Amino acid sequence: MRGTLSDRTGAALLMAPLLLFLVLAYAWPFLGVVKWSFTLPTPGLGQYHALLTDDLVQSVFIRTLRIAAIVTVVSVTAAYAITVVWVRGSPVQRVLAEFCILVPFWISVLTRAFGWVALLSNRGLINTWLQSIGFISEPLTLVRNEFGVIVGMSHFLIPFAVFPLASAMRSLDERVLLAARGLGSSRMRTFWTVFVPMTRSGIIGSALITFVFSLGFFVTPAILGGGRSVMIAELIYLRIFQSPDWGLGAAISVVLVVFVGALMALVFRYVKPKQLV
Amino acid sequence: MQQPGRAAEIKANGIGKSFGSFRALDNLTLDIGRGEFLTLLGPSGSGKTTFLMILAGFVQPSEGKLFSDGVDITNRPAEQRAAGMVFQGYALFPHMSVEQNIAFPLKVRKKSAAEIKSRVGEMIERVGLKGHEKKLPAQLSGGQQQRVALARALVFEPGVLLLDEPFSALDKSLRGQMQAEMKRLHQETGTTFVFVTHDQSEALALSSRVAIFNHGKLLQVGRPDEVYDRPANRFVAEFLGEINMLPVKGVRPADNGATGLCEDRAVNMRCKAEAIKGDAILAIRPEDMSIAPEASANQNGIAATAVASTYLGAATKLDLTTRQGAKVTVSVPNEVAAVALSKGNSVWLTWPAEKGFLLPDGGQ
Repeated sequence: MRGTLSDRTGAALLMAPLLLFLVLAYAWPFLGVVKWSFTLPTPGLGQYHALLTDDLVQSVFIRTLRIAAIVTVVSVTAAYAITVVWVRGSPVQRVLAEFCILVPFWISVLTRAFGWVALLSNRGLINTWLQSIGFISEPLTLVRNEFGVIVGMSHFLIPFAVFPLASAMRSLDERVLLAARGLGSSRMRTFWTVFVPMTRSGIIGSALITFVFSLGFFVTPAILGGGRSVMIAELIYLRIFQSPDWGLGAAISVVLVVFVGALMALVFRYVKPKQLV
Repeated sequence: MQQPGRAAEIKANGIGKSFGSFRALDNLTLDIGRGEFLTLLGPSGSGKTTFLMILAGFVQPSEGKLFSDGVDITNRPAEQRAAGMVFQGYALFPHMSVEQNIAFPLKVRKKSAAEIKSRVGEMIERVGLKGHEKKLPAQLSGGQQQRVALARALVFEPGVLLLDEPFSALDKSLRGQMQAEMKRLHQETGTTFVFVTHDQSEALALSSRVAIFNHGKLLQVGRPDEVYDRPANRFVAEFLGEINMLPVKGVRPADNGATGLCEDRAVNMRCKAEAIKGDAILAIRPEDMSIAPEASANQNGIAATAVASTYLGAATKLDLTTRQGAKVTVSVPNEVAAVALSKGNSVWLTWPAEKGFLLPDGGQ
């Protein structure tokens, strides 16, 4: 019999430092944030009421959901293509794909955001090149707007989206694909009617990770949005460090955490957590 | 393989396949007749599965040509050959219901919804899966999954059905049931069946012909009784079932066969011995030998001592050692075995001249 009492006790002991760390560094301070949201500046539900009526807060919420949704679609689609090459390509393709997936992890999020500014700004590489070949006369606005934010965030999140997809594709039974071809199905048809549906759990896991990460993004939208495309995390920062309106910032944080929690619970009702990684 | 509803005739001409330096299949030439049930039999790594994969179009041969109804299909991709195929482990589509799995090859062929419905319904009935139409493969037993795989491979009326060890995951009683069912499906559809197995009794029971493979070579093709009674070499003889090997000295042609000395006694053999001169091996199946209290003039016989017995129910398997140390196994009636063992000493091991066949000494 596996998982005897002593095994489980051992596992619990090994997990304990992590749990303790999460409680001390995350759960406990967050309870403080929850308290602020109900007590600052005056006790009551005032901040939650403000949150529901404030146009700025609502527009930022909607923008955040929209950007997160677009980034999720872009990242998962791109990651799917990369993962197919990584898992099923020729040996050379696999090495190249692996390189492309791993290298971004070595470069800080800040460096990458500024890299995109250098590429996308009015006097950046892309605009000057397009102007020099006479394709455009006026520079395109590629950054300090939602487009720049989506590009930067997708670029950051694609490698994270790869891993759940890779695990789904690796566990797929090769013979099922052979069977489809043997029954007369073209490669394209086999891909869409057999391969993609069979990697469904990977797609869900990948989309969940990307979407949840996107909701809380701070650095990339702050730099590439240039204050014109503010997302939720930046709004919280502004409310706490600049307004200062700690109560509202805390209430937005609580709503964000509850929303993410509800989303995870919903997904886990349909997919087992271990299918996602 | 191209006209649906009609059994295909396949010709393999000098097919070879190398994976790097490994020779998986060597110079294979084989004709598969219209509507026949051919079994490819051999141990693992013998090349039988590689040949099946070449027939399906999943593996490209390194050399040689493949013809279906006289048309060269060597370079035709698998999806255009459309041989029905049943995989080891079934390879059902896990996200599709029983019905959708069986409908898949028809949908690919853009059949009308009405035709798909009627043919899928008919196939479900034929393989006995009524009431399970909406279930997913994971909700079915092994035998039921097997039926779905068969139905899916036969529903589009392929010219040939290829089966890769389809029963290896089933328990023994289910195996027998599925074998009978497959024989019935073969008769009903009239399609050419090519079946891969490493189980010799399955091969003998099911096929119209058996092709025996070893180390990438096709050793012999023939009807089950031909390959069992007249194996081309020692490997085939031993692979098809238990067999006794007795050394025979001074083999020379004689009236209706050959004669020689076995354990210093003259033995007669009805089998041909043109290629064999001098020393040889006489191979005899255990069921063709019997035990007698003493030598008789009209049967071959040598002296042996019973050393062990295994009770098999209907008969007893008796292990004996001859005077010169050869080990022999005989299948005898239970009471004969009891007598032979109780005597504790010498008995006569006898066999008729018609039984057994000669193999070159020590050779393959």
